[in-house]
Amino acid sequence: MKTVTLTLTNPSELFIEGQNITPDNFAGRKAAEIAALDVWEGKQKSPLGKYFTVEGDGGATAEETKIVLRGDCTRVKRIGQQMTAGEIVIEGNADMYIGGWMKGGKIHVKGNVDSFCGIGMEGGELIVDGNAAHHLGSSPRGEWRGMQGGVIRVAGNAGNDTATFINGGTIVIGGDADIHISTHGEGGTVIVKGNAKGRVGGQMVKGDIYVYGTIENPLPGFSMVDEVEQEVDGETARFAHYIGDLGERHPTSKGKTVYANLYTKL
Amino acid sequence: MSELIIKNGFVFDPLQGIKGDRMDIAVKDGKIVETSALSSPKTIDATGMTVMAGGVDIHSHVVGPKVNVGRLFRPEDKLFKSPHKSPTCNRMEMGFSVPSTFKTGYDYARMGYVFVNEAAMPPLHSPHVHEEIRDTPIIDNAAMPVFGNNWFTLEYLKNNEIENNAAYTAWLLRATRGFGLKVVNPGGSEAWGWGLNCANIHDPVPYFDITPAEIVKGLIETNEFLGLPHSVHLHCNNLGNPGNYVDTLESLKLAEGYAPKNDFGREQVLHLTHLQFHSYGGDSWGNFESRTKDVMDYVNAHDNITVDMGQVTLDETTTMTADGPFEHHLCSLNHLKWANVDVELETAAGVVPYIYSPKVKVCTIQWAVGLEIGLYAKDPMRTFITTDHPNAGPFTRYPQVITWLMSRAARDETMKTFKWLERTIDATSIDSIDRELGLYEIAQMTRAGPAKALGISNTYGGLAPGMDADIAVYALNPEDMPSDPAMIEKAFSRCAWLIKDGVVTVRDGEVVEEPAKRTVWVDVKVPENAQVQRDIYEHFLRHYSVKLDNYSLFEEHLHNPRVIEVDTTQ
Ligand SMILES: [Zn+2]
Repeated sequence: MKTVTLTLTNPSELFIEGQNITPDNFAGRKAAEIAALDVWEGKQKSPLGKYFTVEGDGGATAEETKIVLRGDCTRVKRIGQQMTAGEIVIEGNADMYIGGWMKGGKIHVKGNVDSFCGIGMEGGELIVDGNAAHHLGSSPRGEWRGMQGGVIRVAGNAGNDTATFINGGTIVIGGDADIHISTHGEGGTVIVKGNAKGRVGGQMVKGDIYVYGTIENPLPGFSMVDEVEQEVDGETARFAHYIGDLGERHPTSKGKTVYANLYTKL
Repeated sequence: MSELIIKNGFVFDPLQGIKGDRMDIAVKDGKIVETSALSSPKTIDATGMTVMAGGVDIHSHVVGPKVNVGRLFRPEDKLFKSPHKSPTCNRMEMGFSVPSTFKTGYDYARMGYVFVNEAAMPPLHSPHVHEEIRDTPIIDNAAMPVFGNNWFTLEYLKNNEIENNAAYTAWLLRATRGFGLKVVNPGGSEAWGWGLNCANIHDPVPYFDITPAEIVKGLIETNEFLGLPHSVHLHCNNLGNPGNYVDTLESLKLAEGYAPKNDFGREQVLHLTHLQFHSYGGDSWGNFESRTKDVMDYVNAHDNITVDMGQVTLDETTTMTADGPFEHHLCSLNHLKWANVDVELETAAGVVPYIYSPKVKVCTIQWAVGLEIGLYAKDPMRTFITTDHPNAGPFTRYPQVITWLMSRAARDETMKTFKWLERTIDATSIDSIDRELGLYEIAQMTRAGPAKALGISNTYGGLAPGMDADIAVYALNPEDMPSDPAMIEKAFSRCAWLIKDGVVTVRDGEVVEEPAKRTVWVDVKVPENAQVQRDIYEHFLRHYSVKLDNYSLFEEHLHNPRVIEVDTTQ
C-alpha cells in the first residue's frame, strides 16, 4: 500500500468539488500528476495542487492506494465519491457527499461530515468519528434505488432523512438520529444507539431498524407483535418487535406477507 | 447569396422516387434548387456517403408541461448522465430519457432530423409548450392540441354537430397555435376525472354519454370537413394491456368509408400512433403475446391509415401521456413514483418512470412487437419509425431502431441478452422474420412518409427544387454497407453533415451552427359561427379557471412562426 498525503495549505474561498480525490483516480499517478488533477471551486476548474500540497505517489491500483487528508477540509466535498477500493483517512472534518456512490474500500473521517455522505452507497465502509448531518446513506434526490450495500458507522449523531429508500447494507449511529429514518426502505438495517426523534420507518416496505433509546414521536403505522432477544452489532439484548408500515404495500414471500421490522430496546 | 452543392452522394428521396442514384444536390438561399441555378457554390464532398432529406418525426413528446414534470421529478435521469458542455454548442445539455430543451434540439440535429411534431399539447398550457419550443434549438416544431376528451368536442359530437365542432376546432388551433388533432384515449381521460376509464370503444363516457368510437368518427369527419394538412392522430383506447389488439382493430375500422379531403397531398384519414403498445394478445401478463400480424395485415390492406411504431428500446425511461388512467395503472404495476394532473375541461396527464429490461419477458415481447410492425409493413410510406419518445425509449435510440430493422444480425445480437429468449420467440414471430430493410425504406419511414402524412411534404421530407434545404448526409456507402451493424448505428447517430435551411449545422456529428428554428402551425379560416362563439364564452364564464381573454396564446409566446393556411370559406 502506498500513501498519498494531501495537506490543505491554501484553503479555497468557495467550496471545493473534490470528486477526483479517490484511490481510483490517484492509482498509477506520481505526486506531480495527482497535483494536476482537476477540482472545481464554484465554476472555476483548477488543479488540485492549487489548494493542496501533495506528497507521495499513488499505488499501482486503487486497492494499493491510501490517501491521507490533512488540514481543515470542512469546505471540501465529494472526497471518495464513487471509489471502488483503497483507503482514505480524513484527519479532521469534511463537507458533503463524502463516500457518495461508494462501491468498495474504506473511508475514515476523524471529525464531522456534512449532508449526503454515503448516499447511493453500494459497498465498502464509511466511518465517521464525529457527527453526520442530513441524508446519511440516503438515496440521491429522486432516486428510488437507495443504499445497496456496505457499512456506515457514525459515532456521534445524525441529522434528518437517514437511509431514505435503503435497499441493503448497514448504518450504525452511535448517538441520536433526527426525523425520518429508512423512509420508503425496502431492505438493509439501521441501528440507532441513542434516541430517534420521529417518523421512523415511514412508508417502509421491508428491512430492519433498531432504536436503543426512545422514539419521541412513533408512527401509528407500526404495530407491536412480540418481544425478541437478538444479537445486534456484537451484543445481545431484548427488544420490543414492531411490524410496519401497515399503510404501505408489502410483498409476500412463501405465502407470508413481508413487513419492515422496528425493534426498540427493552 | 449563400450557395452550396452536395456532390456525388448516393441520394435517397422517396418523394421523388430517387433510390440511391449518385447525384448532386444544389442549395441556394435556404432552398433546394436545380444545379444549373448555382454560380459559385461551396462544395461538400459526399462521395461514398448517403444523402437524405432532413428527418421528420411524426410523434415525440419533447416540449410542454408533462415533459417538464418528467424533467423535474426525475433528477436521477440526469445524474452522471449529462455531458459537460460541448465546445461547439451554445448551451448546456442534460438528461437521458427526458433531456433538456437544448439537448433535445442538439441531439435531433446530430441524428440529421429537422422537424419534430410534439405529440400532445394540453390546450390550456399552450404558452408553456411554445416557450419550450422557442428554447429547443435548430429543429422546427409543431404541436398537436388534444381533442379526444375536450368538453366542447364531446358535446358537439354527441349532438352530431360537425360544423360547430369544426368551428371550435379552428378556434382552438388558432388559440393554441396548434398543428392538428391529437386524440388520446378518447373519452377515457375524461372518465379518469371520475376515477374511471372507457373499457372499450363502445363504453360511454360518464355524464357526456358518448362513446370513444363516436368521438373518433366525429373527429375524422371534422378533420376532413376542415381539410387540415394532417389527419386525426389517434392514441386509441386500452393502451398497454394484454388482448388490446381487438380494440386496436376496432379503432382502425372506424376509418372505413372515409376518404381524405385536403390540398396537402395527405392520403390517410387516420394516423394510429405507437402501434406497438396496441398490438397485444393474451388475456394476462402470463400469456401475453404479439398480435402484430393481425394488426399489420389490416394496416397493409387499408390505404387510408398510417401508423408509427413506438419501438421499445430496452432502456430505463420515463412514460408520460395524456392517458391519465393508464399511468395510474402502470404505477400500480411497478410501484415507482407517479405524477398525475387534471387539465380542467380538456385532458389529463400522468408520468411514471419505467424500466424496459431485457430480463423481463413482457419487455422483450414488447421489443419484438415493435420491430414486427416495421418488418411486416408492406408500405413504408405509411409506417414510421418512432419510440413514442420517451414512452417506449428515448428518441436518441432511433439509430439503434434503424439498425434493428436493417440487420437480422443486430436483432439476433440483442436477443442474445434476453433472459426469456425462448418464451419471447414463442410469443412473437420475430425469430421467423429475416427481412432486412434498405436505406430507401428507412428514408420512407423517417422523412418522406411522415412528411406526407403530416401534409408538409411540399416543404419537408424531400429534396426536390423549391423545398427547404434540409439535408442529412450519413457516412454510409450503400454499395459497401458495413458488415458490423454497430457501424450503421454509429452513422445514423452522428450524421456527417446536416444542412438546415441551407446552413451547415452539423459537421462530423458535432453541432457547429444553430440556425433559426420555426414553429409550424395551422391557421384555418371558417365562417363566423355565433353559436360556437357563445358556447366558448359560456364555458369560460362558468367552468374555466382562466378568463377567455387570458386563454389564447399571446403573440410574444409564438416563436418564428411558419403558418400553414387553410381556407374553408371558399
Ligand atoms: Zn405519445
